Amino acid sequence: MRYIDPHIHPSSRTTDDYQQMALTGCVAVTEPSFWAAYDRQSASGFYDYYRQLTEYEPRRAAQYGIKHFTWICINPKEADDPQFAREVMKLFPEFLKRPSVLGIGEIGLNKNTKNELIILEEQIELAAEYNQMILVHTPHLEDKLKGTRLIMDALENNGKIDPERVMVDHAEEHTVGEILDRGFWAGLTIYPNTKCTPQRAADIVEMYATENIWINSAADWGPSDPLSVPKCGYELLRRGHSEDFVNKAIFENPKAFLSQNERFSI
Amino acid sequence: MSELQLKNSLGSTEVVDLYFLEHRAKLIDIGAFLDRLQRASDNGSTEDFRIKAFNKAAGIITDQNPDKARRMLEVFSDFSSTLPDSAPQSKGASGAAKEEVK
Repeated sequence: MRYIDPHIHPSSRTTDDYQQMALTGCVAVTEPSFWAAYDRQSASGFYDYYRQLTEYEPRRAAQYGIKHFTWICINPKEADDPQFAREVMKLFPEFLKRPSVLGIGEIGLNKNTKNELIILEEQIELAAEYNQMILVHTPHLEDKLKGTRLIMDALENNGKIDPERVMVDHAEEHTVGEILDRGFWAGLTIYPNTKCTPQRAADIVEMYATENIWINSAADWGPSDPLSVPKCGYELLRRGHSEDFVNKAIFENPKAFLSQNERFSI
Repeated sequence: MSELQLKNSLGSTEVVDLYFLEHRAKLIDIGAFLDRLQRASDNGSTEDFRIKAFNKAAGIITDQNPDKARRMLEVFSDFSSTLPDSAPQSKGASGAAKEEVK
């Protein structure tokens, strides 16, 4: 089984995880910028983080034959202070030029506040200005449905964003249909308690076919599983789906989305 | 939904064979959780907004309609139309909306 984990945070994981992922067939990962479980106190904290994502992590992953790509942004959990967020956003042009950067992400909303929405709209505008692909974080739990709709409205209202170059991630049964209907790609995240199980992700793939859907672990510093993607692949095989079907779900689909950026090659 | 029927290669007996024990255990876990709540030192208040939503979602298990997972997620969802200006002290989510669930 060969796969891509298109949304994972290896900078929060141990090197052992890279080894386990390589052993289970992982050939590439993409790591969006996200919250470090604490609020950084200065833009320079983000500068160091973006250097880690673009310089150190690709080397660490390469030791296991895994290609590492990344996405640059200020995440919604630290975007509730617009003045601070704008200081961080001044760093983007330097990092968007780097060869492993695929676009702006994971931008979105967390608590669906006006401040978060203002910074989301400004980051969408930056993506349009720099012709970048977008990876979207949708909110957690009770905030997801409302937040997903607000995010898609903001993307559409910009007027310059091609929905086929936008991945709306962390979709679940109550959001995936609307995401696909509005022309975006949908991401299914397998994560304990707050998102999908491998079985539910497999159900959604069956219900919506495998078009314009990717599957990821979003494994980070919390209780999470960097082997979620192959476990979902195994779940599909267990149900009698063909190896071609599974290959499309966990390898060809993320490859197709990510290959819209010519920097992505495996 | 026709895609579901086309793509799901398992028969109903196979689905039950594969998943029954796992979900039997999950259902009993829910019963034990509710028992634990009733044994709480304040006699198990059911006024908590999360438990109200939980009970409403649990009712979907035994109704005869499809799309149970989607409908349960909607029970727990915030359908309000207002946006707070900011939420500086609140990064997490509780799992259920405090306002009346739809």
